[in-house]
Amino acid sequence: MSDVLAIAEHRDGTLRDVSCEIITAGRELIAETGGDLHLAVISGDIDSFARDLDRESVDVIHTVAYGKEFNHDVYTQAVGQLAADLEPQVLLLPNTVNGLDYAPAVATVLDIPIITDAVDLSYDGNLTVTREEYGGKVETMIDVEAGAAAITVRPTEWPQAAGTGDADIRTFEPDIDESTIKSTVTKFEEVAGGEVDISEADFLISIGRGIEEEENIPLIEELVDVTGATLSSSRPIVDNGWLPKNRQVGQSGKVVTPEVYIAIGISGAVQHVAGMKGSETIIAINNDPNAPIFDIADYGIVGDLFEVIPELLEEFGGG
Amino acid sequence: MKALITVKEIAEVAGDFKISNNAIAPTYLDYDLNEWDNYAVEEAIQAKENGLINEVVTVTIGPKRAEETIRMALAKGADRAIRIWDDTLDEANLLSVDTKTTILSAVIEDEDPNLILSGVQSGDEANGATGVALAKKAGFEWAAVVNKLDLDVNEGVAHVHRELEGGVEEVTDVEMPAVLTIQTGINEPRYASLLGIRQAQQKPLNVQTLDDLSIDETALDFPLARTAMYEPATEAEATIWEGDAEETAGKLANFLREKGVVEA
Repeated sequence: MSDVLAIAEHRDGTLRDVSCEIITAGRELIAETGGDLHLAVISGDIDSFARDLDRESVDVIHTVAYGKEFNHDVYTQAVGQLAADLEPQVLLLPNTVNGLDYAPAVATVLDIPIITDAVDLSYDGNLTVTREEYGGKVETMIDVEAGAAAITVRPTEWPQAAGTGDADIRTFEPDIDESTIKSTVTKFEEVAGGEVDISEADFLISIGRGIEEEENIPLIEELVDVTGATLSSSRPIVDNGWLPKNRQVGQSGKVVTPEVYIAIGISGAVQHVAGMKGSETIIAINNDPNAPIFDIADYGIVGDLFEVIPELLEEFGGG
Repeated sequence: MKALITVKEIAEVAGDFKISNNAIAPTYLDYDLNEWDNYAVEEAIQAKENGLINEVVTVTIGPKRAEETIRMALAKGADRAIRIWDDTLDEANLLSVDTKTTILSAVIEDEDPNLILSGVQSGDEANGATGVALAKKAGFEWAAVVNKLDLDVNEGVAHVHRELEGGVEEVTDVEMPAVLTIQTGINEPRYASLLGIRQAQQKPLNVQTLDDLSIDETALDFPLARTAMYEPATEAEATIWEGDAEETAGKLANFLREKGVVEA
C-alpha cells in the first residue's frame, strides 16, 4: 500500500499546531507515493477536531471516541489497530513529548521500524528520512529499505496545511482492552508561573551552559541591569537550579519573540531554538564558531564571553 | 526491587570534524556518559539510598572503550554492570531502535527487574524512542520524559511527573514493572568520590555477546540504512562582528543603541 496515515495531537481541548504541520508532511509524501492521506484523531472533542483537520488533500479522517485527554495505552491500541487495518506505507506521528510516549510502542506492536525527529522526507519507491545527529552538527539520511515505517515529525519544520478539504470522516471503533491501561493521568500542573513573564519582554539577554558556574551569573545580572534587559536562559541553567523555571526559553519553557535576543554561551539546541527563533533580531556570543546558534543568528561574536561581557559592561557604564 | 538502568556512552564533536563513510571519524570524537543517563543513574542510586530499591544494575550496548563510562556509573553507586557487544554490532552502519530493544529485552528476561530507568534520549543519535519501544517489547508499562519520580513500592506504582511542552507537567500513576525515561533536571547528579572510583574497579562488569543472550544475528536484520551524513547548510548568514573583545563589544553596544533597546 502507498497510503500515509498521520495522527493528530491535541491537549486541553485544542488541536496542537503540529497536527496541521503533519498534514503538510503527509500531503508532500502522497504526491510521491500516489496513495491516500488518512488522518486519525483520538479522544476529546473529535467531531470538532475532525472539522478543523479537514484541510486540502486530506482524503479520510478517522475519529476515535475514547475519553478526553491523551493516554498512551489507548493511543497505542487505537493507532496500532487502525494501522493494521489500513496498512499504510508510512505512519506519521508528532515528535512531541506525547508523540514519543506512544509512537515507539505502536511501531513495536506493528513490528515496523521507527525513525524519530524527521526534518525532511522523500520517496522514490523507498522512503528516505533526513534527521539531525550530534546536537544538530550533522544531518543524516536514513533509508527504509523495505516495507512500512513509523516516522515522527519535528514540529515547525513543515508549514501548517491550509485550505478546506473534502475528507471522508469515518468513525473507527478500536477494541480497547481496558485491563492493559496501566497509566492514569491524575492532573496537570503549570510550572513556569511567577512574577516575571519573559514572553512579554522586548529585550532578552539569555544565558546557557557557556556560563560554566553559578558564580558567574551576577556578571550577566549586572549587564541586564545596566541595559534594562530581562534575563532568561536555556535549559541547563534551570536544570542546575541556578534560575527558576519561569526564565527558561524553549520547548519545555516559554516561547519568546522579543525585538532583540542575545544568546550568551548558548549552543542552539533544537529545543532551545524552538522557543526563540521568532525573535526579531538574534545576536549570539559563543566561542564555538560551529555552534548551531550561529545558523539562526543575525549577528554574532565568536569569542570568550568572559572577555566580551566585561567590555560590554564598560560600554554601558557598568563593570 | 531491582532497577535496571540503560547507560549509553555517547560521542561528542569538539570543534571541526570530517565525515567519512557516513560517520564522523573517531579522531574528532570525545566519549562520555550520556547526560540523560547520568540523571537516570542518580535517580536509581537515590532510590537505593532511600531503601526503595535493593539493587541497581546498569546495562550498556557498547565496545570495550565504553567500560570507562560504565565504571563511572559504578563509581557513583551502581552495584554491577552488564556490557553487550559483538562483532556484528561493530560492523553495523546503524544501531536502530529495534536492534537495541531486541538486545535489551533479552537482558530484561535474564535480569527480571521491577523498574527500568533510561535517559529520554542520547546526546549523539537523539532517537528518544528506545525506552518506550523497550517497554512495549518487554510487556512493561512506561512513561516518557519523567522529571519527578516518587516510588510507592508497596502499591507497585510509580507516581511521576511528565514534562510536557510549554511549562506544563502531567501527573501520572504508572503501574510497575515499568520503563521510565528520565529527563535532565530531575535531580542533581553526584560526582564519583575517590573511594567510589576505587570500589568501582572491584564491582562486577559482565560482558556478553549476542550468543550469550541467545540472540540470532538475523533477529537484528532491520531494513534501515544510514545512506548519507553531511554538515547542514546554514539557513541564515549571520554577520560576524570581527575584532578583539573590546572591538566586538563596541559594535554590539552600538547596535543596541541604534536599535533603541538600550539608552545608556
